[in-house]
Amino acid sequence: MSTDTLTAEPPREKLTKKAITADHPTWCPGCGDFAVLACYYKVLEKRQIEHEKIVTLAGIGCSSRFPYFVNGHGAHFIHGRAVPLASGISLARPDLHVFLFGGDGDGFSIGGNHLDHGARKNINMTYVIMDNFVYGLTKKQTSPTSPIGFKSKTDPQGAIDQPVNAMKKLVASGATFVARTHASQVNHMIQMIERAMDHPGFSVIECLSECVEFFPGAFDNANPRKGGAFEVIEEKKYDNTPEDEARHDVTDELAAYKLAQIPFPGVFGVFYQNDRPTKNALEKKWIDSTREKLGQPTDLALLQKTFDRMK
Amino acid sequence: MNPTPNLPENNPPAPASERADLRPESINDAVIRLAGNSQDGIQSAGAFLARLAGRSDQDVMTYMTIPATISGGPSIFQVRIGTGEVLSAGDEADFLVAFYQHSYQDHIDFLKEGGVLLYDSDNVEPNLDDKRFVYVGVPITGLTVEALGGTAKDKGKNIFVLGLISKIFQLDVEKMKKLIGEKFAGKDASIANTALMAFQAGYGYPVGKVLSHQYQFEHVAKKPGAPAQITMDGNQALAYGLIAGGVRYGAGYPITPWSSVMEILRSELPKYGGLFVQAEDELGAVSIALGFSYSGNLAITGSAGPGISLKTEAIGWASMAEIPLLIINVQRGGPSTGLPTNVEQSDLFQAIYGGHGDSPRVVLAAKTVEDCFYIAIEAARIARKYSTPVFILSDTSLATRIEAFDEPKLTELMQDPKPDLTPLDTHKPYALDKITRHAPPGTPIRDGKYPLISGLEHDEFGHPTGSPKLHMAMTAKRRNKLRQLAEEIPVPEVFGDAEGDTLLVGWGSTYGPIHDAVKRALEHGEKIGAIHLRHLHPLPNGLEKIFAKFKRIVVVEMNDQGVYGFGQLATILRARYCEPKIQSVTKTDGLTFRVREILEDVFQGRTFAEKKITKHAAHAPEHIDTAPENVDSVKEVVPQGVG
Ligand SMILES: Cc1ncc(C[n+]2csc(CCOP(=O)(O)OP(=O)(O)O)c2C)c(N)n1
Ligand code: SF4
Ligand SMILES: [Mg+2]
Repeated sequence: MSTDTLTAEPPREKLTKKAITADHPTWCPGCGDFAVLACYYKVLEKRQIEHEKIVTLAGIGCSSRFPYFVNGHGAHFIHGRAVPLASGISLARPDLHVFLFGGDGDGFSIGGNHLDHGARKNINMTYVIMDNFVYGLTKKQTSPTSPIGFKSKTDPQGAIDQPVNAMKKLVASGATFVARTHASQVNHMIQMIERAMDHPGFSVIECLSECVEFFPGAFDNANPRKGGAFEVIEEKKYDNTPEDEARHDVTDELAAYKLAQIPFPGVFGVFYQNDRPTKNALEKKWIDSTREKLGQPTDLALLQKTFDRMK
Repeated sequence: MNPTPNLPENNPPAPASERADLRPESINDAVIRLAGNSQDGIQSAGAFLARLAGRSDQDVMTYMTIPATISGGPSIFQVRIGTGEVLSAGDEADFLVAFYQHSYQDHIDFLKEGGVLLYDSDNVEPNLDDKRFVYVGVPITGLTVEALGGTAKDKGKNIFVLGLISKIFQLDVEKMKKLIGEKFAGKDASIANTALMAFQAGYGYPVGKVLSHQYQFEHVAKKPGAPAQITMDGNQALAYGLIAGGVRYGAGYPITPWSSVMEILRSELPKYGGLFVQAEDELGAVSIALGFSYSGNLAITGSAGPGISLKTEAIGWASMAEIPLLIINVQRGGPSTGLPTNVEQSDLFQAIYGGHGDSPRVVLAAKTVEDCFYIAIEAARIARKYSTPVFILSDTSLATRIEAFDEPKLTELMQDPKPDLTPLDTHKPYALDKITRHAPPGTPIRDGKYPLISGLEHDEFGHPTGSPKLHMAMTAKRRNKLRQLAEEIPVPEVFGDAEGDTLLVGWGSTYGPIHDAVKRALEHGEKIGAIHLRHLHPLPNGLEKIFAKFKRIVVVEMNDQGVYGFGQLATILRARYCEPKIQSVTKTDGLTFRVREILEDVFQGRTFAEKKITKHAAHAPEHIDTAPENVDSVKEVVPQGVG
């Protein structure tokens, strides 16, 4: 269904960081999530997205508090179900920019099934999973990404269950844009969010975002400032150079799995991207051709015809 | 003389003197029960009868049981056709068509004395010594195979029988053929031809040899200007009611008996520029629907009990965040997977109270197939006006039966569903002094303060708060809008006596049998009336004035009497009115109420046989209590399976 865009408005004011800032974040000082929020503001400002068309959504968790800190249309939903909520908005309203933020528990555990299906259907949205390898809001239980041996309140002897390999899961689920970044690497994160936003379809980013309260130092290995290595994926440039051979082809699914196989802290950047049609486009095509075939009838004429057949 | 099977070739019909009385030729009401297996297409034969009756301006009501097994199993379709008002599908059949021995054995007790048993003599050997009935044996299987040339095997038996019935009841053959043609339109032409051949074979069968009477429905002259009759089942009526009510988006997950609503909407909504999504599960479905609603397009989700249980947390969010949403529950027998293909009204508490916290929502229940259409429109109106989740309760019985009703005046009913994105100067989604009206995303807010929709307790802008004062105020705000709605709900009309000894109170699909029960009790000299509640939460104001006029109030519903002896609505009414004269009649056999059953439960110790029927006309033992010693006696008429 078409939604009229509004044109009769006075010239727009520039979208500033101030305009999109809302409540002061309630996160602990030093929490990685602050950086994600800052990058989001930067991207919105840089891209000058129409203010009323920004939609910020989340499930439940520390990270999922996100929408309260953004002044824009938004909703704070229930634990694990933000992907289907976002799907409804995205499918009905192609005029909106649908952004979704949440944690590893929200995305990979309670919402794991929704994530798979939103991805496989390739529903247009941008989803940032702020992965801290722990349940933050509920104060240190094992999360689906907690490494084996991580001592939590639910695994005081150390976690024993095989963690989810986020990149493998996301690529296997059929997401058409899969990237990985780190909250301490602001420029890289901004790049990833922008590319995800520009990708038509289900784009998802795993952002390692440290929970300083319950899993401090979890990602130091990937933070050069803390003596770690932040290794960025080199993507193919298609420049016919010998070096290009070794670079990563983002459309190569098997190559993406191979990258995902590299032990922690692994590599960062775009693991996978392809141009499969979105559900948004496929449904629209079906709607348009159906209405075309029927001769663009009015709603009343259509329903009346149906009733005439039932007489 | 010993009666012998009535094979048309060699057996002349038994002399009329040996039979019970035949029904008069001119009739105004007939109950025809088709009993076979579901793969025989008895539902579609029944549906043709129902549709034809609708087209002939007769009132029809159907009753169907569906097997839970995947590839069929015993199944019935019962059509009641009347020239007056038909409210219930009929306790007993005038005419039973038995395809198999088990169909005969399971259903002969539902045949009225003097009724006609039409049986497939290739498969059924009735007890011809039982002189209460008229026996008409026709080798249905053999003749169908013969007529269709053998390739179709016995597929087409249903249409053959339709031909037979058309002959016996003098139905309008041209109209019937037209219906058959329409049904198969757009398919391979050979399918329609085969169907017509089967019909012709049945119609041409010399049934006069075995049955000396042919019946004819009294002709009803259509009043000039009277609306045409529409025939559809309850799920269709819900789906088209939603469309009329301006609902263009929805999401669901398949489950019996809800699935056909989503199947219809999946193919219909795109025609209107909308969309229905099959989700990965019910949690996803309700969440997608909430996304649609939040985006400014009131949406529908639905299921049966198990799926509604899964949707519960999100429905609580809709109540808290005050997002309009329609939730259909086509109830079936519960709990858990329960009785997937049987009828029950045991999800009323769930609809009203399901979920944690104080989470007010509106609950409506459709009383007939026609009402499924109108209640969907009303639910959509209420959801928008009060920005609230609204449950529509239906059940297996409404979902599967076909009724005829006056064509709705669509020009007056159609709603325009476009989201309203008019810019606002300022916006508080949860203003305490108003009913919440959301500004969907895409709405510019000129003062630059954008709304946040929240499941946490929130302030007027939607931002989280832990303030006890605000939680009290917001809780009251969410509750008070339902009180406001109660003011505008009409007080239900009293059917029968406006005052007297007994007031029956019902809700949902029991409307027909309860009203027929009142009619019959009035004939037996009772001072009795009935009200039927369509609005269950909030209840309409003013019921106490009706209750005051009766000595006792008996709530009739298809659920369990619970630990304290009262069904679900009875419990609510007793809590609401503190009225000890409210009593409860309940049952849990998974079948719709029969008129007699209601009366004999309401007036214990008395019998309410239909007039003109002798007492020993057999009945299935009736289910009175669910104590284990009684459960044994409940006759299993419906197969149980997994679903
Ligand atoms: C249905 C439901 N179950 C459990 C919870 C409690 N809960 C809230 S957040 C959370 C886990 C959050 O972990 P994660 O998604 O990783 O987010 P983080 O706080 O780490 O950012 C849990 C279990 C809930 N709110 N709802
Ligand atoms: S508990 Fe951890 S994740 Fe939550 S705000 Fe504090 S640091 Fe961040
Ligand atoms: Mg976490």
